[in-house]
Amino acid sequence: MAAPASQKTASVEPQGARLANRIVGFARMLRRAGLRIGPAAVMDAVRAVLSVGIEKREDFYWTLHSTMISRREDHAVFDAVFRLYWARREDRDDADGGGDDEEAEVLREKKRAGDRRAEDALDEERRAIIRKRPEFELDARLSFTAMEVLRGKDFAQMSAAELAEARLAMRDLTLPFDRVATRRFRPDPHGARIDPHAMLRMSLRTGGDLILPKFRSPREIAPPLVALVDISGSMSQYSRVFLHFLHALTEKRRRVHSFTFGTRLTNITRALSRRDPDEAMDEASETVRDWSGGTRIGTALGDFNRLWSRRVLGQGAIVLLITDGLERDHIEVLSREMERLSKSCRRLIWLNPLLGFDGFEPRARGMQAMLPHVDELRAVHSLDALGDLVAALTVPASGGDLARHFRRAHMTSGRNANV
Amino acid sequence: MMAQPSTRGLPQSIDETLALLTDGGYVADRSLATVLFLSLTMQRPLFLEGEAGVGKTEIAKVLADRLGRKLIRLQCYEGLDVSSAVYEWNYAAQMIEIRMAEAAGVHDRAEMESGVFSEKYLIRRPVLEALERSVDGPPIFLIDELDRADEAFEAYLLEVLSDYQVSVPELGTIRAAEPPIVVITTNRTREIHDALKRRCLYHWVDYPDAQRELDILARKVPNANATLARQVVVFVQKLRELDLFKAPGVAETIDWATALTALGKETLDAETVSDTMGVLLKYQDDIVRMEEGEGVRVLEEVRVG
Repeated sequence: MAAPASQKTASVEPQGARLANRIVGFARMLRRAGLRIGPAAVMDAVRAVLSVGIEKREDFYWTLHSTMISRREDHAVFDAVFRLYWARREDRDDADGGGDDEEAEVLREKKRAGDRRAEDALDEERRAIIRKRPEFELDARLSFTAMEVLRGKDFAQMSAAELAEARLAMRDLTLPFDRVATRRFRPDPHGARIDPHAMLRMSLRTGGDLILPKFRSPREIAPPLVALVDISGSMSQYSRVFLHFLHALTEKRRRVHSFTFGTRLTNITRALSRRDPDEAMDEASETVRDWSGGTRIGTALGDFNRLWSRRVLGQGAIVLLITDGLERDHIEVLSREMERLSKSCRRLIWLNPLLGFDGFEPRARGMQAMLPHVDELRAVHSLDALGDLVAALTVPASGGDLARHFRRAHMTSGRNANV
Repeated sequence: MMAQPSTRGLPQSIDETLALLTDGGYVADRSLATVLFLSLTMQRPLFLEGEAGVGKTEIAKVLADRLGRKLIRLQCYEGLDVSSAVYEWNYAAQMIEIRMAEAAGVHDRAEMESGVFSEKYLIRRPVLEALERSVDGPPIFLIDELDRADEAFEAYLLEVLSDYQVSVPELGTIRAAEPPIVVITTNRTREIHDALKRRCLYHWVDYPDAQRELDILARKVPNANATLARQVVVFVQKLRELDLFKAPGVAETIDWATALTALGKETLDAETVSDTMGVLLKYQDDIVRMEEGEGVRVLEEVRVG
């Protein structure tokens, strides 16, 4: 492997080991900035740099980039860290080990959730101070718009009883068993299709005298689940509980994507994939910057449609939309985006906590705009309702479909209701 | 671990890689050439991600053409399975073989088994083909739109790409003497698992900048008027800045320039733009938005700039 590299790096041979060390240091720094870089990637990077050489900064940059980055989202962080690390290091070439200062600096800025949890246990005050410290990665997000209510709200504010109850219930819920047929097959004695491969193999046991029929049927898997959770002020109480539910789902099921929206859309899938519920919730509330703010359902859905729908709604996805539907402005945007959303997924389920109130009818304009486009409308105000939801996911389009009921009710008459 | 790598005709530096792509009519930027060069020298699959129509598939084609290698393409789709991607047995012919053996009175089971499951009846699909030795050197193996295949296939591919071998239970393991040059493309309709990406060199293929896009047009639509080409590029670049549902790719730019040239246009005007918008934008929402005034505004900007 090193053959083409030997003549190029011959002049810098004594520095070869140091270069490797530096690349390792660079990888460490990237890791601290939150990227996942395994040792194999670092080895690749060293090998790659050896075969490309270090004459050109641009080539060097892309060499490291191609070996260490495997997601487009990581590009910005890589870029920032690259400039920070390789620029400063060049300046003080001779000071060996002097780089530890910068690393320590980055380390201080990046407090990992794990550390934070440990500190939580120690004392609350220190934690509050750490929270206030600006975060390397979050700077860009913070500067988005000043109008938003940017509050990194803590899940710990949920009352203890509430939390305990909710978690217990989450654990006990049987998880949705919704299935879709794939185009793959599995052997099945009651299957409807013959399996020629298995038949021929079997026949050889008898030396080809008997060719007995064998059958197969399509394999079934759980479809992807996409949750869009409204976290605006009016919804925050419910959505917190719901995030716990999503976390439980993410643990058990492979393809669950979670988004929150208030004034803007945030993908919290990665955050929720942490095993420990506390860590997951912690990271999710860190990621979300518009907790308990206002809501712009239409625009948020528009963002989702434009940026994410083609990436996560493939292969028969079910969408859970959790919102009260209280949109005041831009009703036509909401209606258009709802239509697009419902047309891009297999099933759109609207979970509305307001349905928990007796005699409630969705008469607000926002709700009226959303109703025609949902496959199902369900309540999600209590743990019982969550249980119902699970049941609904298990059986395709069963009873409790309030959407149709409401649609019909409003078509025929304008009954009075206490909204 | 692998046999002596074949470096016949492979570029030996980033500059050579760039020249090779340019020769083949592919105007690449340096970052792409770097990744490609590394993928060739390190014998790692190249993982290209990017929006539709930015020229991901084209790279494999140009590479095959310039290196004089065979191009084997595996177009992925949902439900792609081993029998259509790797190999399948020719059951009908096998049945006949069994009957023939019976008629000839062969009752030796081992003999029959080796007769029925011999390479003669093996139908080779792209993966197996890619592992085969060929006179021109290892082929280019293009795995196109991997995101369309389901996860089960992705997991299978992981095995193939790490050892470059496939096992056929009845025949044994088939191993590539020299690993093929693998190019994987995805449109990101689904996230590809990290484990697979880790085995590859990753590159996000972005839309080209104005200068590069102009170079591309000069190569692909040589008879286009120079003013027109410049206006087309500026227009398209401006469209990409708007939040469209689907921004036009390079393929669309080329199509549009070709269409306008065929119509005998030498500059852009509002009417032509509106008439030919369907070449550039493929979503009704985007087209409506353009017709509602944004198209004219962008055109004004193009004229001024």
